[in-house]
Amino acid sequence: MKTDDWVAMLATGAQPVPAHALERRLFAALVAGGAGAATLMLLVFGLRPELAQMAALPMFWGKLGFAAALALPAGWALLRLARPGADWRRVLRWAALPVALVWALAGWALLQSPEADRWGQVLGSTWRSCPFNIALLSVPMWIACFWVLRRAAPTRLAWAGAGAGLLAGAVGALVYAVHCPEMALPFVAVWYVAGMMIPTVLGALLGPRLLRW
Amino acid sequence: MEIVEEHLRDLLLRGLQADAAAYERFLKELGAHLRAFLRRRLSQYLGEVEDLVQETLLAIHNQRHTYRPDMPVTAWAHAIARYKLIDWLRSHRVKEALNDPLDDAGELFASSDEEAAEARRDLGRLLQTLPERQRLPIVHVKLEGLSVVEAARLTGMSESAVKVGVHRGLKALAAKIRGTA
Repeated sequence: MKTDDWVAMLATGAQPVPAHALERRLFAALVAGGAGAATLMLLVFGLRPELAQMAALPMFWGKLGFAAALALPAGWALLRLARPGADWRRVLRWAALPVALVWALAGWALLQSPEADRWGQVLGSTWRSCPFNIALLSVPMWIACFWVLRRAAPTRLAWAGAGAGLLAGAVGALVYAVHCPEMALPFVAVWYVAGMMIPTVLGALLGPRLLRW
Repeated sequence: MEIVEEHLRDLLLRGLQADAAAYERFLKELGAHLRAFLRRRLSQYLGEVEDLVQETLLAIHNQRHTYRPDMPVTAWAHAIARYKLIDWLRSHRVKEALNDPLDDAGELFASSDEEAAEARRDLGRLLQTLPERQRLPIVHVKLEGLSVVEAARLTGMSESAVKVGVHRGLKALAAKIRGTA
């Protein structure tokens, strides 16, 4: 087939393209992924009766803020990773900031506490399950993010997968934080980050396979 | 490069508003740049160039919703061309060429080659592999130039089913060309 005919075929009857199609899809994914995570949370873990007391502690909001501070640059980077030729590196770097801040504060908190307490602060009482719970709650958003990316044009597939995984992990952590009883910063610094890394690494590994176009 | 940018951007923006003539010119001129670029990059595989030009144009068409008016068209189109070239090199196991840097968008727009050759791919045969709900909309709307309304009346499909059929059908064609579906 001649390329001129090919081009004519592509151009003939081409429909107008709605503006912000990608942003609207990511928004829909956030709604679906967030609702999915909340439903999973209620079904699997349930709401704690002492939620009101927990919500009175600053650390309860600190955990939510930490997850949100990661979700924001991850979502922003994802929109750029989904578009060919957009600069996503600078945006994704913002995700390092909340992690560095939490690590620094956690290190400081550990130094301030007596040696005998340090392990307790890091491990809490739920370290075995926390990362996996976060990963479980990230599943709906992970699927929704890949749905968005498969309808877009990522050119760095592993990075795009990692960005999708990070956003999914952050949403999972955000929802899990409502259930999570741990209130020590060193715990969050280790196990929340570990939990969010599970979908991120899975995204980076599966991106090249699932996102080709 | 800046002149090319402004010119292509103008054509593409009009194209995205469904100005078919502007859009056709956009694809044609971009195709000429792609051809020159790929002939240089694939000098050992000149017989493949036209197929890859068409495959890349199809990708650009299918992904046109990912263009944002605040970004340079040249950077956007170059990123797609680069992705398609690397994908082609990988799937054809051409390792040497993968080491050449491909990051300069200027290279794509430095020259253009209007001498379109014939690709070996046969659209008719590709279309035969699509299900009817995608094939008929493409045949009527994209090849015969009927409007969506006319195509809907002719096939008994709804108008939105015709639009979806064209859209999904072109995506399915891209997947078949790539050999992943």
